[in-house]
Amino acid sequence: MAETINNIFKTLLLVKLFIRELKKERRKIFLTIAGIAWGTLTIILLLSFGQGLTTQMLRGQKGLGDNIVILYGGQTSIEYKGLPQGRRIRLMEEDCDLLKNSIPEIDRIAGEYDAWGITYKYGETVVNERVRGVSSVGYEDMRSQFPQPGGRFLNENDMLARRRVIFMGCDLKKKLMGDVDAVGKTVLLNNIPFTVVGVMQKKMQMGMYGGPDAEAAVMPASTFRGIFSDVYVDRIIYQVNDIDKSKYVNQQVRRVLARKYRYHPDDNNALNYWDVIEGSKQTRKAFTGITIFLGVIGAMTLIIASIGVANIMYITVKKRTREIGIKRAIGAKRSLIKIQFIIEALLIDLTGGFIGGAVAYTIIRLVESIPQDNADFGKNMAMQILSNPEFSWTIAISTCVILGLVGLLSGFFPARKAAAIDPIKALHYE
Amino acid sequence: MIKMENIRKVYNTGKVEVEALRNVDLHVKRGDFLTVIGPSGSGKSTLMNIMGCLDKPTSGNYALNGLNIKDMDDNTLSELRNKEIGFVFQNFNLLPYASTYENVEMPLLFAGVSGKIRREKVTSILNKVGLSDRMHHRPNELSGGQKQRVAIARALVNSPNIILADEPTGNLDTQSGAEIMQLFVDLWKEGNTIIMITHDPRAKEYTDNFITITDGTIQA
Repeated sequence: MAETINNIFKTLLLVKLFIRELKKERRKIFLTIAGIAWGTLTIILLLSFGQGLTTQMLRGQKGLGDNIVILYGGQTSIEYKGLPQGRRIRLMEEDCDLLKNSIPEIDRIAGEYDAWGITYKYGETVVNERVRGVSSVGYEDMRSQFPQPGGRFLNENDMLARRRVIFMGCDLKKKLMGDVDAVGKTVLLNNIPFTVVGVMQKKMQMGMYGGPDAEAAVMPASTFRGIFSDVYVDRIIYQVNDIDKSKYVNQQVRRVLARKYRYHPDDNNALNYWDVIEGSKQTRKAFTGITIFLGVIGAMTLIIASIGVANIMYITVKKRTREIGIKRAIGAKRSLIKIQFIIEALLIDLTGGFIGGAVAYTIIRLVESIPQDNADFGKNMAMQILSNPEFSWTIAISTCVILGLVGLLSGFFPARKAAAIDPIKALHYE
Repeated sequence: MIKMENIRKVYNTGKVEVEALRNVDLHVKRGDFLTVIGPSGSGKSTLMNIMGCLDKPTSGNYALNGLNIKDMDDNTLSELRNKEIGFVFQNFNLLPYASTYENVEMPLLFAGVSGKIRREKVTSILNKVGLSDRMHHRPNELSGGQKQRVAIARALVNSPNIILADEPTGNLDTQSGAEIMQLFVDLWKEGNTIIMITHDPRAKEYTDNFITITDGTIQA
């Protein structure tokens, strides 16, 4: 125990000695540290922005829907039980219940009706936009249509009682009503009064059909049918409880509906799918690739910087040959000379790494703090994607590990050279 | 204390073999002040390197304090140099960026001596060589004589058994040279064992115990 303490104490003393000796090479060391700091800054920024980019892309996809599959009716391509090919398959609201009851893997399901060119009127303001009828509770979770504070999404009672209520997209609300608190207000749709129950939170939506959700409103499907008398839904949306099962569920859906609509169970054209889950899996893969690519670029930068450190250390070995000789003559062991060079390289690398990390962290925090609710800015998706870098511990730790390795390597070879110096020759080295 | 038997040292410089020392026998007792006199190229530096455990003989036996250095590894030799031997060089060999105090402290650092003891030892030894008012000066702020005093203090600080001095007055003017010689004589009188190597025959004035070396062999 006492010996351990003594050893630690001794090591600390030596580190103090090394720092003292480092100080006299300030200028060179300053440049080296700057190189390492730059490398670290680059690697952290690249990875953080890459990470942010991935998250934003995935979030943008979630704007369309959270792990959903969008199902459209299609046209049969195989003759079946005497029925010709080319027959149109149109989906109905009742199919939702059929599918939900037949396929346990489906978590949520809803039918959607669209109506175009609806006249929205509030006060003197008139806006022409779409409206959508949706058939079930839970739709807001599937389609990421979350209400702003103070409002709500459509609920079961709205559906059952065919209430004339709407949930508005935030941009539509702004166009129609300005900054007024919309919840509880009455809006005319084709001159029929509707009560606003909620306004959607702003969201990033990169995939869409018909148009962005922010620019439309939704009402209960029951109310919709009562007004527009639609028989067929425009599409059915369902959410799968396990994202790895989406392909299997899609197959099941085709089988179940094949029985009802009497098309060949293997007919691929009877139904059309938009599998958002598959899409986001692909996106994730693509962006993992991009992140790796960015990381490699960063690591390369860091390696170049570390070659600089190794270079400086080599020059230092030469410059200090006589000092090494003196130290060896008065009793310094080879290992001590070696450790000195390794510790010096590590100190340089870690100092540079710390500075680079701190600067990167500051930059990321600054970029993050740019307000994004600003209307013009928020619409600019490119900026929105770029301005959300993510500083993660994974990135910080992996950078530290790379720095540590780089430091050890850039110190190791010069250290080996220094330790191999013959003290007699070194003493006479000028 | 030092027992050399039949020491031979051969350097291989390319294809030519140079025999720097041949058949050297040497005994030094504790408390001796031995002067080794020889012209340059006589092998006296090689002799000192071997005595100082910086180099090993090609053949022959060298025992320091009864320990044969032939079987020792580099770490043990380093420890020996640190604790048993104090070097004083012609060109001082001080670390340029370190102060007087730090230069003298260095062997104690390598020996792992704790802070309080280090401070006591360094201060007392600097007092002894008369440099207590130059403790925080760098070598380039000191005169030649002062630099050599720092080197002597550094050699003494770990209380070694032997002080090895290689032309300690070679780079000094007559006045400081004489002072340094006097310092060595004083240290000898205190009981230190000193071996001094020089090409200057005048060194005989300070001691009656001397040997002459020419062409790698000791003359009677």
